[in-house]
Amino acid sequence: MEKSANAPLLDVQGLSVSFATDRGRVKAIDDVSFRVEKGEILSIVGESGSGKSVTLLSLLGLNDPKTTFVDGSVAFQGKRLLELPDRALRRLRGKEIGLISQDPMTALTPVYTIGWQIAEQIRTHENVSKKAARLRAVELLASVGLPNPNEAVDRYPHQLSGGMRQRAVIAMALSCSPSLLVADEPTTALDVTVQAQVLDLLLKLRDEFGSAIILITHDMGVVAEVADRVHVMYAGRMVEKGTTTEVFDQPMHPYSWGLMASIPPLFGEKPARLPSISGMPPTPQQAPTGCGFAPRCRFARPECEARPPTRRDGDHSALCVLDGAERAAARRAVLGHEVDA
Amino acid sequence: MIFFATPGSDPAARIAGRNAAQETVQAIRKDFGFDKPLPVQYAIMMKKLFVTRDLTSFVNRGLEVVPQVMRAAPITLSLVFGAAVLWVFGSIAVGVLAAMYRDTVIDKGLMILALIGVSMPVFWLGELMNLVSQSRFHDTWLFSWVPGLGYKPFFDGPWMWFKTLVIPWFTLAALYIGIYGRVLRANLVEAYQEDYVRTARAKGLSPGRVMLRHALRMSMIPFVTMFGLDFGVLVGGAALLTEVVFGLNGVGRLTYQAMLNLDLPMILATVMYASFFVVVTNAIVDIIYVVIDPRVRGH
Ligand SMILES: Nc1ncnc2c1ncn2[C@@H]1O[C@H](COP(=O)(O)OP(=O)(O)O)[C@@H](O)[C@H]1O
Ligand code: SF4
Ligand SMILES: [Mg+2]
Repeated sequence: MEKSANAPLLDVQGLSVSFATDRGRVKAIDDVSFRVEKGEILSIVGESGSGKSVTLLSLLGLNDPKTTFVDGSVAFQGKRLLELPDRALRRLRGKEIGLISQDPMTALTPVYTIGWQIAEQIRTHENVSKKAARLRAVELLASVGLPNPNEAVDRYPHQLSGGMRQRAVIAMALSCSPSLLVADEPTTALDVTVQAQVLDLLLKLRDEFGSAIILITHDMGVVAEVADRVHVMYAGRMVEKGTTTEVFDQPMHPYSWGLMASIPPLFGEKPARLPSISGMPPTPQQAPTGCGFAPRCRFARPECEARPPTRRDGDHSALCVLDGAERAAARRAVLGHEVDA
Repeated sequence: MIFFATPGSDPAARIAGRNAAQETVQAIRKDFGFDKPLPVQYAIMMKKLFVTRDLTSFVNRGLEVVPQVMRAAPITLSLVFGAAVLWVFGSIAVGVLAAMYRDTVIDKGLMILALIGVSMPVFWLGELMNLVSQSRFHDTWLFSWVPGLGYKPFFDGPWMWFKTLVIPWFTLAALYIGIYGRVLRANLVEAYQEDYVRTARAKGLSPGRVMLRHALRMSMIPFVTMFGLDFGVLVGGAALLTEVVFGLNGVGRLTYQAMLNLDLPMILATVMYASFFVVVTNAIVDIIYVVIDPRVRGH
């Protein structure tokens, strides 16, 4: 493969984010690195509060600069986003990077029609007439599967159902054919059937437009279905990174094991109650200096109080002291089935 | 007509005013039909106010009240309209600038100015303005244009009308610019926490566009509610202090004097007038709502 010759679409190295709060500075993201290749779907999973949204928003420079301190380097198409002047960053936002946010109910400005809002974005980045922008909006709405797009274009957000609104948001994010789509839990607020439709839509769009997608979710089922690669986030760190197959078949991190164990089985009898990871994730204020998962980890030991090392298996890696045979044994104990490490 | 239904008091005597002759009271009782049932009394009163318009003040020796209100209304309307224009634009400017430069010197300075505007008593500010523009510095180039106190009708010369009102406008608007500016800033800052503003920024819009077309546009909805309430009340006579300080014989002053004199017909007329404007502004606010907030349009 000529992967090494082509720089990745997005390359995040050592990203750290901290917030100024009433109780001093708290670190929400600690030394996160990842890459996104052209046209791939990278899924970032983790409980809520683990820092997924903060990671994305800092890529786009959408955090409040007065209270947020961002460190590290982010290269997108060879441009260093964190150092980019505001004006240049604005040219990328909405044009090269599209954002689909978590809650379609609140993501659109209530007083404008969806067609107006889509056209606004198109006209910000391209020199086209109002009429042409509106036509494009109709086409986009049709391509995301809104029934009757000619009429829907003049609808206000409150006149659409949640699923339809999310489609409108997706249409807007796609309006300038971005090379990267950033979707922050795009299906969490929707009911199950609509979730499936929206996911299918994202897959279809990746195939048609060739956009890479960062898909944030805490739904492991969604991940298994659509992602090429999976990164697991916990307490502001990426604790495991690998391809979907690797992470699902041979998860390396004890937190990932917990996530796997909590997925309902696709076939066979469903257990009365799914095991879930006990305890709560730490807030950024109380995150331990060592492994953030230690307070909830069955295998925690004194070494875990220091920053855990990165264990690698090819491109598959995890942030944990466990390694080799010991890890395999521990995993067997949790997941109850044999996997070869 | 609460005035008449109040038991234990003779409405005719009240209309006649203090120290009225017994004959007057008798005549009023007959004229207003106070010997008839309440609905009839009501009808007669409404007729006097709106149809024949000959409701007369007895305290002021037979002055008809409706023409008086009609004479005072344009004065109050001129005062309040002009001040409203100032305070709408002034407070939007203050709120937007403060929110855009949040936590900077600009923001803090504007908020302190707004606070001063809010806490300055209108009466005091008005007297100060008068002192400065009418006597102390009247002979300097700065204020030599300021005409004497009192109202000059618009149709006698718009320029003169304008000049007599500029200072009252600013005086009345100061308080409202302060209040509205601060409230608007708070609304805008809140809007910046909202998802739709994040979406707007993620679209790559310029900061000015995000502010004006999204954050400010949404904040105009509560703004209009507030404005409608204050405007109605001011037109209805609440601009009393400003009217008094600047010698403008508006409705506020009329109401105030009527109350001092216990001039019931006049109070009736001004209350009717005030309710009329409160109703009208409410109706206008409702219409504006439908225009600016599609969510209330129903479907
Ligand atoms: N502006 C902010 N100021 C302080 N703390 C914040 C701010 N934004 C997010 N956080 C904290 O950062 C952590 C990560 O949040 P987030 O990225 O939203 O999690 P999630 O993985 O659910 O998207 C949370 O604990 C949240 O409280
Ligand atoms: S580093 Fe230690 S505490 Fe953390 S996950 Fe690994 S074993 Fe558990
Ligand atoms: Mg989130």
